[in-house]
Amino acid sequence: MARAATTTDAFNAVSEPRRRQIIDAVAAGERSVGDLVILLGLPQPLVSKHLRVLREVGLVAARDQGRQRLYRLNGVALKPIYDWVKDFEGLWSERFARMDSVLAELAQVTPESTQDGDHDDR
Amino acid sequence: MTGNSRAVVTLPSDTQILITREFDAPPHLVYRAWTTPELIKRWWAGDRGEVTSAEVDLRPGGRWRYVMTASGGFEVAFHGEYQEIVPAERIVCTEVFEGMPDAAAVSTVTFTDRDGRTTLSVLVQHQTRENRDAHVNSGMEGGMQESMSHLEEVARSLA
Repeated sequence: MARAATTTDAFNAVSEPRRRQIIDAVAAGERSVGDLVILLGLPQPLVSKHLRVLREVGLVAARDQGRQRLYRLNGVALKPIYDWVKDFEGLWSERFARMDSVLAELAQVTPESTQDGDHDDR
Repeated sequence: MTGNSRAVVTLPSDTQILITREFDAPPHLVYRAWTTPELIKRWWAGDRGEVTSAEVDLRPGGRWRYVMTASGGFEVAFHGEYQEIVPAERIVCTEVFEGMPDAAAVSTVTFTDRDGRTTLSVLVQHQTRENRDAHVNSGMEGGMQESMSHLEEVARSLA
């Protein structure tokens, strides 16, 4: 999958640990910058900087309520990341499904009490 | 049978991949399926091709090499060297995709007994994030640190 060199997509945006913390926080519900400063224990300018990056790639959306700006997760923007891992996960699920068949056969051939002959295992 | 039969893949750090799965079989059998060439041939390609060769020299310093012909016709090969072997408990080995020979990883495979069932975990440690990403890309059909699994759950719930 092609990746942009700078923080222009969700992949790069979530590569920063602090930004992942922010994503986790806003995934639980809407948060103001002040909420996030307290939750993460980070200086406000740094939180604002990370929020700006997250908004630019669409991971976080904002709305104004009175004098506060509230930030929330835009989960659709995470989907490419999920899709990226999902294919790899699919391969392993296929492998393990086949291992299930192999293991069902081994269990019949070698009951619990029987030692395996061809390996050193117990 | 197991309630959660899917593999679970998470990315615990920028350079790691963690694959876990529970099996309805004791560790010594899962270990056997994992390390016996004629059995490896039956599962390692998944639904994506056929394993044409599986060589296993199961001892520290011994080498392994798996080759599969993917459904598209192309050949994919991996090899490595065993570093540590504790039968039915743990295997540590290097792992190289022969299409990216400079990107060696170290895999730690753990077989954990849970009342006669087995939790299998495969932790793949890459040298760089780029190599790790390329490995994830290698799903052959074809986030990110400690909270990645959390992100995946979020994405999954919204997908």
